[in-house]
Amino acid sequence: MILTLIEHVDDRPERLSLEALSLAGKLAAATGEPLHTVSFGSGAREAAKQLNGRGVDAAHVVEDDRLSAFAPVAWAATVSQLIAGLGPSIVLAAGSDRGNEVMAHVGARTDLPLAANCTEVVPGEPFRLTRQRWAGSLLEDATLDSPTKLLTIAPHAVAVEDAVEGDAQPAIEPFSPTLTDEDLLVAVVRRLAPDKSGISLTDARVVVGGGRGVGSADAFSELEELAAVLGAAVGVSRVVTSAGWRPHSQQIGQTGLRIAPDLYIACGISGAIQHIVGAKAAKRILAINTDRDAPIMSVADYAVIGDLHQVVPAITAEIRRVTGR
Amino acid sequence: MKILVCVKRVPATGGRIALTADSLDIDARYLGFTISPHEECAVEEAVRIVEAQGGSSTVLTLGPDAAADQLRDAMAIGIERAVLLETDGSDWDPMATAGAIVDAIRALEAEDGPFDLLLFGNEAADTGDFQVGIRVATALGRPAVSGIKAIEAADGRVVARREASGGGWEVFELPLPVVLGVKEGLNLPRYPSVPGRLRAKKKEIVRMTPAARRGGPIKERLRLPVGTESTVEVIGTGPEAAPAVVELLTRIGVVSR
Repeated sequence: MILTLIEHVDDRPERLSLEALSLAGKLAAATGEPLHTVSFGSGAREAAKQLNGRGVDAAHVVEDDRLSAFAPVAWAATVSQLIAGLGPSIVLAAGSDRGNEVMAHVGARTDLPLAANCTEVVPGEPFRLTRQRWAGSLLEDATLDSPTKLLTIAPHAVAVEDAVEGDAQPAIEPFSPTLTDEDLLVAVVRRLAPDKSGISLTDARVVVGGGRGVGSADAFSELEELAAVLGAAVGVSRVVTSAGWRPHSQQIGQTGLRIAPDLYIACGISGAIQHIVGAKAAKRILAINTDRDAPIMSVADYAVIGDLHQVVPAITAEIRRVTGR
Repeated sequence: MKILVCVKRVPATGGRIALTADSLDIDARYLGFTISPHEECAVEEAVRIVEAQGGSSTVLTLGPDAAADQLRDAMAIGIERAVLLETDGSDWDPMATAGAIVDAIRALEAEDGPFDLLLFGNEAADTGDFQVGIRVATALGRPAVSGIKAIEAADGRVVARREASGGGWEVFELPLPVVLGVKEGLNLPRYPSVPGRLRAKKKEIVRMTPAARRGGPIKERLRLPVGTESTVEVIGTGPEAAPAVVELLTRIGVVSR
């Protein structure tokens, strides 16, 4: 049996969980094993019903109100009890913040190895996988040697398979774990609203990015003006946040945000791998840089070679001229 | 508050990664090394908490002799003690790493009493295993939570926040002792001062020899992802390129005339 953890918001399964489930479906087909899922809290049953046509044989639903808010240890205790009871060969979750955290707890409780952020899995003896290092800038081919293989699946490494119309529905199987006070100790006690408004970097169609080449906190006004005429959001590289020029909430990269705009305008950004992993999902990249040989050029589609302090204001002025704004 | 921060020495990779001939490692001959980014913030947070509330701070790493540099970096900004679990520099899998850290914490606590707070990075920049802190917490029977970007510690409890996936924050309240996996953005780490560096240089580093265990995953080889490079079209030089840029922006629908 192959077990997949399905995260859901209200009654809607999360996209990253469906990616993990798509890979799990392929593994189930390859090994001839049944496919099970587990989901938590209020909405678990409704979310499980949304898995129709995805090849799921049984959906374990843990309808315990104490598990509705994220409770990583209790979720992991539950998964560990399902492992003990059902003996799955593979347990998968999304390589999301929650997925990685819960599966780490499962690994710790069961004393089994966990391969985080896998991109490919080939069951067999040995059990082979490929996983991400450096947030995907480097890949590791590895094997796992354990009775139950614990995996998380890297975001966007696997396409979500379309549900098959008219396919059998999963059997809904309520499960009541035995939880101790310690298991329930780590839980979200309250939620706070987001502290900022404006154009969100992760939703923006256009992002104007600034790096070391911007040179100072004050010089970001040039990028702000370009962003204003484009209706764009401003993002930055790690150098900029480390220097205290801009807040970390604007950082794009391995330890910041992943963006996927139609256009990313990278100004004075050399293109360290840690930055590129955050920006490579952009449909197009325009680099403005004095160095024709900067690493950013190997991922950019377009480039202007020059000093951003001259180029950016000139572009802003030209946009104002042609749009009359 | 008695705090232990666990850090990892990682190469400062810059624009490209090159591999060694056997594809088992990054070719770091021409690279500098640094503390993994999330853990730089863990170090800063430990220094700030001890500055504000008193107590003591210790930094620990598992790595080669040269990882003493990263321990000294942490001491240069105010961490008091450093412990090196010395290896030959090869990768230790996350289970082996966690086991060695648990052994060390038990030894340190047997001598000096328990730590109130153990800080880890959410994941190491290089191997990205997302599990060492949680394995340590579980072995020691202490609560753990990851992804933390704000910490308030007072009166034997911590209030810790992490970003929620849909925006906003999720808040956890936990009794001490506790294990937190933190993320960059928790604070803005300071740069070490020259006197701080000089002080750190003279400080003793406690060395221990960790016992190896085999866990997994078992690394076979490393490789670079294919197909990420594109051919760049240079559309101009200097401010004179502005009309050509705006033409491009119009063509791709970013500017409408």
